[in-house]
Amino acid sequence: MRRQFLSLLALSTALVAVPAAAQDKLTIYTYESFTSEWGPGPVVKKNFEEICNCTVDFVAVADGVALLNRVKLEGKSTSADIVLGLDTNLTHEAKETGLFATHGISLDKVDVPGGWSDDTFVPFDYGYFAIIQDTEAFSTPYKSLKDLVDGYPEQKIVIQDPRTSTPGLGLLLWVKAVYGDKAIEAWENLSSRVLTVTPGWSEAYSLFTSGEAPMVLSYTTSPAYHEINEDSTRYKAMAFEEGHYLQVEVAAATTKGAENPLTKQFLEFMTGPGFQDAIPKTNWMFPAGETSGPLNPAFDRAVKPAKTLAFSPEEIAANRDAWIREWLDVMSR
Amino acid sequence: MGVYRDSRVLAGIAGLAAVGLLIGGAFAGLISEALDDWSGAASAFDSYLFRITRFTLWQALLSTLLSVCPAILVARALARHPVFWGRSFILRLFALPLAVPAIVASLGILALLGRAGIFADALAWLTGEPWQGIYGLSGILVAHVFFNLPLATRFLLHALETVPTDQWRLAAQLGMGPRTTFRLIEWPVMRAALPGVAGLIFMLCITSFTIVLTLGGGPRATTLEVAIYQALRFDFDPARAVALTALQIALTVVVVILLVRAGADMVADANMPVARRRPNMARAPETVFNALVIIAALAFVAGPFVSTIISGVQADLVRLASDPAVHRATLTSLGLAFIAAALSLLLSLSLTMARSAMEHSRNRTASPSFLERLFDTGAGFVLVVPPVVVGAGWFILLIDSGSVFSLAPVMVVTVNAVMAMPFALRAIRPAWDGAAERHDRLCASLGISGFNRLRLIDWPSIRRPAFTAFAFAMALSLGDLGVIALFGSDVVKTLPYLLFERMGSYRTADAAGIALFLGIVCLALMMLVDRTRRSA
Repeated sequence: MRRQFLSLLALSTALVAVPAAAQDKLTIYTYESFTSEWGPGPVVKKNFEEICNCTVDFVAVADGVALLNRVKLEGKSTSADIVLGLDTNLTHEAKETGLFATHGISLDKVDVPGGWSDDTFVPFDYGYFAIIQDTEAFSTPYKSLKDLVDGYPEQKIVIQDPRTSTPGLGLLLWVKAVYGDKAIEAWENLSSRVLTVTPGWSEAYSLFTSGEAPMVLSYTTSPAYHEINEDSTRYKAMAFEEGHYLQVEVAAATTKGAENPLTKQFLEFMTGPGFQDAIPKTNWMFPAGETSGPLNPAFDRAVKPAKTLAFSPEEIAANRDAWIREWLDVMSR
Repeated sequence: MGVYRDSRVLAGIAGLAAVGLLIGGAFAGLISEALDDWSGAASAFDSYLFRITRFTLWQALLSTLLSVCPAILVARALARHPVFWGRSFILRLFALPLAVPAIVASLGILALLGRAGIFADALAWLTGEPWQGIYGLSGILVAHVFFNLPLATRFLLHALETVPTDQWRLAAQLGMGPRTTFRLIEWPVMRAALPGVAGLIFMLCITSFTIVLTLGGGPRATTLEVAIYQALRFDFDPARAVALTALQIALTVVVVILLVRAGADMVADANMPVARRRPNMARAPETVFNALVIIAALAFVAGPFVSTIISGVQADLVRLASDPAVHRATLTSLGLAFIAAALSLLLSLSLTMARSAMEHSRNRTASPSFLERLFDTGAGFVLVVPPVVVGAGWFILLIDSGSVFSLAPVMVVTVNAVMAMPFALRAIRPAWDGAAERHDRLCASLGISGFNRLRLIDWPSIRRPAFTAFAFAMALSLGDLGVIALFGSDVVKTLPYLLFERMGSYRTADAAGIALFLGIVCLALMMLVDRTRRSA
């Protein structure tokens, strides 16, 4: 409805302003929470349209995985200029499709832990996975992933399924990064304190905030939401001495989009304040580019990982299926 | 072969063709995509698949038994007491679970029986150790019974209501006790309805997805439906999805055939009902027993609703009620559900009509033809085709047309209409068959046929069940979420979708408020339908 309305609006503007050039259009495929009324989408659209004299058209699908499938299905005939919302677990697979073009922009403003040099994907935000604790249920945080894995099994945690959820896959990789070949034993121990495995982040976090479990797998930035929007410090992220696993979210131009001059302009815009200022308090992630001012202090109080853990996209693409199968075997015993 | 020229049979064939097109198209889309690479289909069959298949069947069989057996008692109790204060409220309440998104029901159940649930302390005291919530098979079963016990009760009650009032009166005059009445009057009608009801519930449980994932406690409790969803949504392996769906359908066909064998066919009563209303015929001890049965069922079904209300009223309801996004989503939901329900009713009527026409035109002793069987149970199998399969298949077919977005609402409406058909069919069929039995010969001798017969003779006798079917279909569509995974849902932002959106952006309280709102909309709908039905 809104899309139709917008295109009608665009059409009527074009008709009224006959002498002016027809409005140019930039089509961006992204995930749903990006374009929701709480997400960064509306602000980003407004800010970019102010400088580009064009119309930004968002097309939203469920999540990053659906996004890649969608583009693969459409192939060369896709109407997307830009695909925004893949993460480093998917970039290798995405590159293999040959549907993405090099960005050709300067990455000077890009700022992600460990640096960034990819010629196709441009990061727009990042976050660290963390275990969030309900301080009303217990007060002393765990100091390490090892403590969590070997801890008191009556104290439960809700996690997500790595087959259907990004944080779920994140925890799988986190445990793999810390335990290596011993990951199976770690999961055997941890499974006794897993209250339930949910299909997505939403279900897990709902169970957590409704008091079902004192711990949940989420992001280091989750407490900032509660602090800023609810003025509550009840929920805290635990800092683990082995380090935290990193998730970087990226955007890229499609080969079709590479022909649209607006594409490059948007990718450059994406690394600057017009886009990045919106990220922290809408996507609840860290900005991966330049912001106009310091972040809300609640973000400064977020856990700063002792070490950044990450596998390369190639390692993930090569091992993901085998690791998931391994996890399934342990967890379904 | 005169039967194929009967307009009722033609209508049925058209209805069946529409359903076939929807399902067949989806498979065609997936298979065309899978042609490049069939390896996924073969690699799907491993020991893990064997484990989940076993679990899928086991939980579905248990859920069906636990839903249907108590429902026999509850339906009987409600039928024995046609008039008491709150009865119509109970029936309306029993239609609600259908419309509730699985995640809302799961959270409602957890608020009662979860680790931090209202009954956690009592359960800890009973078991003698800290209560860890009903995750696992028990949680799945409780949720499935919550959804399906009310459904089974309503269908069995409908079957009982087709017993002509004269029979009840006769039974009362002959001084039949409750046991004799059950054996001679109630059980035969219920037994005829049971295979259908049990089959329907089995299909709903075998395809259970969110409940299994949320309450199952982990990959130990996984169903085939989850594997299919994963194959399409995450691995995008159409070959594997097609193979798994085929397996799911094959298993269901086997179970349903067994169920139908176990059931008995019964010829509907051909006498005109003379007596108007039947008196409450239960005696004191039986009344107490019936009251206990009804109260227990009521408490079980109402419990999760009460906890949904408790968490719902803690939301900022005033802000939600004035939120334009909520208004838009409500209108979208109601609009889509209304069209879907109308379409569903139309399709179901055509199939019911055709089946009964074919049954009456053949020799009583001859066994039903394949087409007649299709009209009867065949359409029910649409339930075991996962919505994500239908959505993905059609998405592949439509993607080159370039109008995937404008077609998304059409997809939602058609898939919802077809998925609601098995429910609508169950609601309409007993009344239609009874009416056909009574009117066929009369109509034939008076030469009334075609649309005139439908309008003058058939419609008045199926008006009530038709409204029920409509309400069921509408409630079902209101709670739906599954079809549009690939399509992108900006165009069809419904209430359940809005609920998930709020939940996905930390706004759990808003989500609880919207869940409450969704419940109220459904309840209002049921009351409206009841009123229309009465004045109709």
